[in-house]
Amino acid sequence: MSTTQFTYEGTRGFYPGHRACAGCGQATAVRLVMEVAGPNVVVANATGCLEVFSTPHPESAWGVPWIHSLFENHPAVASGLEAALKKQGRLEHTRVLCFGGDGATLDIGFGALSGMFERNHDVLYVCMDNEAYMNTGVQRSGSTPFAASTTTSPAGKRSFGEDRPKKDLPSIAAAHGIPYVATTSMALFADVKRKAKRALETRGAKYIQIHVPCPPGWGYDDKLSIDIGKLAVECGLYPLVEWENGEVVRVRKIKQVPVEEYLKTQRRFRHLFRGDDGKAQIAEIQALADANVKKFGLVD
Amino acid sequence: MRKMIEGSRAVAEAVALCRPEVISAYPITPQTHIVEELSQIVADGELDCEYVRVESEHSAASVCLGAVAAGSRAYSATTSQGMLLMVEVLYNIAGMRLPLVITGVNRAISAPLNIWNDQQDTMAIRDTGWLQLYGENNQEVLDMHLQAYKISEDDRVLLPVMVCMDGFILTHTYETVDVPTQAEADAFLPPYKPLYYLDPKDPYTLGAYAGPELYQEVRYVIQRDCLASKEVVKEVARDFKAAFGRWYGDVIDTYRADDAEMLFIAMGSVIGTMRDWVDAKRAAGEKVGLIKLRCYRPFPAEELVEAVSGAKRVVVLEKAVSMGGYGIVTVELQAALYGQKRQPAVHGVVLGLGGRDVTMETLDEAKQRAEAGEPYFWAGMRSEVLEEA
Amino acid sequence: MSERPRRKPPLGIVTRPGSSLRNKTGPWGILRPVFDWEKCSGCNTCETICPEGCIRHLEKKQYEADPEYCKGCGLCAAVCPREAITMSEEHR
Repeated sequence: MSTTQFTYEGTRGFYPGHRACAGCGQATAVRLVMEVAGPNVVVANATGCLEVFSTPHPESAWGVPWIHSLFENHPAVASGLEAALKKQGRLEHTRVLCFGGDGATLDIGFGALSGMFERNHDVLYVCMDNEAYMNTGVQRSGSTPFAASTTTSPAGKRSFGEDRPKKDLPSIAAAHGIPYVATTSMALFADVKRKAKRALETRGAKYIQIHVPCPPGWGYDDKLSIDIGKLAVECGLYPLVEWENGEVVRVRKIKQVPVEEYLKTQRRFRHLFRGDDGKAQIAEIQALADANVKKFGLVD
Repeated sequence: MRKMIEGSRAVAEAVALCRPEVISAYPITPQTHIVEELSQIVADGELDCEYVRVESEHSAASVCLGAVAAGSRAYSATTSQGMLLMVEVLYNIAGMRLPLVITGVNRAISAPLNIWNDQQDTMAIRDTGWLQLYGENNQEVLDMHLQAYKISEDDRVLLPVMVCMDGFILTHTYETVDVPTQAEADAFLPPYKPLYYLDPKDPYTLGAYAGPELYQEVRYVIQRDCLASKEVVKEVARDFKAAFGRWYGDVIDTYRADDAEMLFIAMGSVIGTMRDWVDAKRAAGEKVGLIKLRCYRPFPAEELVEAVSGAKRVVVLEKAVSMGGYGIVTVELQAALYGQKRQPAVHGVVLGLGGRDVTMETLDEAKQRAEAGEPYFWAGMRSEVLEEA
Repeated sequence: MSERPRRKPPLGIVTRPGSSLRNKTGPWGILRPVFDWEKCSGCNTCETICPEGCIRHLEKKQYEADPEYCKGCGLCAAVCPREAITMSEEHR
């Protein structure tokens, strides 16, 4: 074992020493994106896990210029960054990134996000989708999948958990006609990097939604993040699709495993496996997965 | 150059002279003409800037925040509901010590819906850390924008400034104004040189969170710098006078106040009416005078205390109300006077809400009722309407 | 008017990049990865996937995790295609 001191200074966009949970999907996802993005970027970040675990003053894990304002205005802040860089003639060489969680993206920041897309600002928006308001304690968001138990949609005697399906933000983003939209998963890191690279080769508004498993929020052992992330893709619940200018251009084919393989790994779905009551929900979830398979042609 | 233009146009021309690099605009009456005029100026190539047509006022302020963080001078304008919608962003901009100028067109707050003038909107944001300057007429408001950027970007201040102008009364009124040339404006207001901004060559993190061990001190420093910015407001007013020959007072202005027994204090366009009213009263032998509160934030406590100390009675006219409480400016004046040797009687009057005209009669009523000893009352009421209530 | 020297940013506004390095997250974990260099294929998956970014290789196929930051999450061991990484408590 080498005893040479590890050095990090000046090497990267995102440094160790941040306070993410062990095994955090977002931390890996951010590192992947920042590796592709390089040093010539400015980042606008919403309030959320990523912002909180990376910037407790006076510590910052960011090696690139970075700004956090509020929970729902980061797309507008990114728009302002882009407009200023454009006017200053710096946009050619300095790219604008915008990070937000699923709550910030699908719910509270929805209006500002839509405005940014509609004006087609040259910004790459990356949504860290862990499917709930994780930073504040696992409350449900518009991205929480059907029948998941969260702290505001808990499974109980009269409830099977979240009673609405996941809001399809990638399709909404694509409906704006922006140059590039993609879904990906932190479990497939080459896919994340390819899509980040593809996005950054494009000028105009881009949206990438990264599925990021969350050990405490979903209820599983830290080290299983990759396995569970892969299952989400393979069962069809998280289709990996790319749109360009509003049209689907590529999908990642899957072998399709039953959704139960995915659901049984996480505490947030465990209530579906107690007795017979959960079977109806599992069937509905399977139907959602099958619908994705059909819609995007995920299975050969 | 002297021209007869609408108040909104005067603001647009002033803003264009300040050379913002990013303007964000969301329309709301009676601010609309300002952003429309600016968009025409940009469309005709007279101002080279990025004009961002945002989808809400919350985003309008946020776009400005991002632009300033990236090192560009920015601008927006809003009013009433829009101002309230962007409140958390206003706190954020001040808290992050980003210089910015927004025109606050004063308008009533819903409910009920009302698009006409009062000052409830900017009163509602008095705690944010924004400096607030109130203009009496279109010339002053025009000039205030140049002053506002200079104050805001001064590294002793680094706080955003709101230039407040009464909606419709000023925005939609044609007055003759003297518009500086671009060269004159450039000489007075040099380009924005940020103390810190987002640049890969020298990366910073802006907006980290502060725990209990740090937050109170950060907020203390904001308050300290906000109070100290009063001196910069005065300095810039003097610099402006030296450059352009126009003077409106610095934080306050007075009119026939020196030997006044009864003083009236107000902000904004109503001062114009009050000057005529004071002249009429003086002609009738009454020793009244007025104090124009030009800079409301930071609150010029010392200057006001000195200005009122000779009077027996002070009447504060407010186009706003703090529901469930007392007056706003009235109470702040009373706080400033607390413990002072010479304490005039202080009265607070609510008037002019929702575009209710403040006339000579309204001012007479305010004077009479204050003289009769009423400490806090509403003037210019329509009793026939109230009877139905 | 002479130029005053510029002041530094107000308190709490600006945070320096990479200052998180002073926060050693190593003590968080119970387990640490042990790398079997013989089995390693050099695929670099562990280094890529680590949420902390604290895995490195000085020579090809000679990987190690920085004990100052490793939280012991076990993702590296879980993804290694050669099963060349085991999580162990022996460092304690």
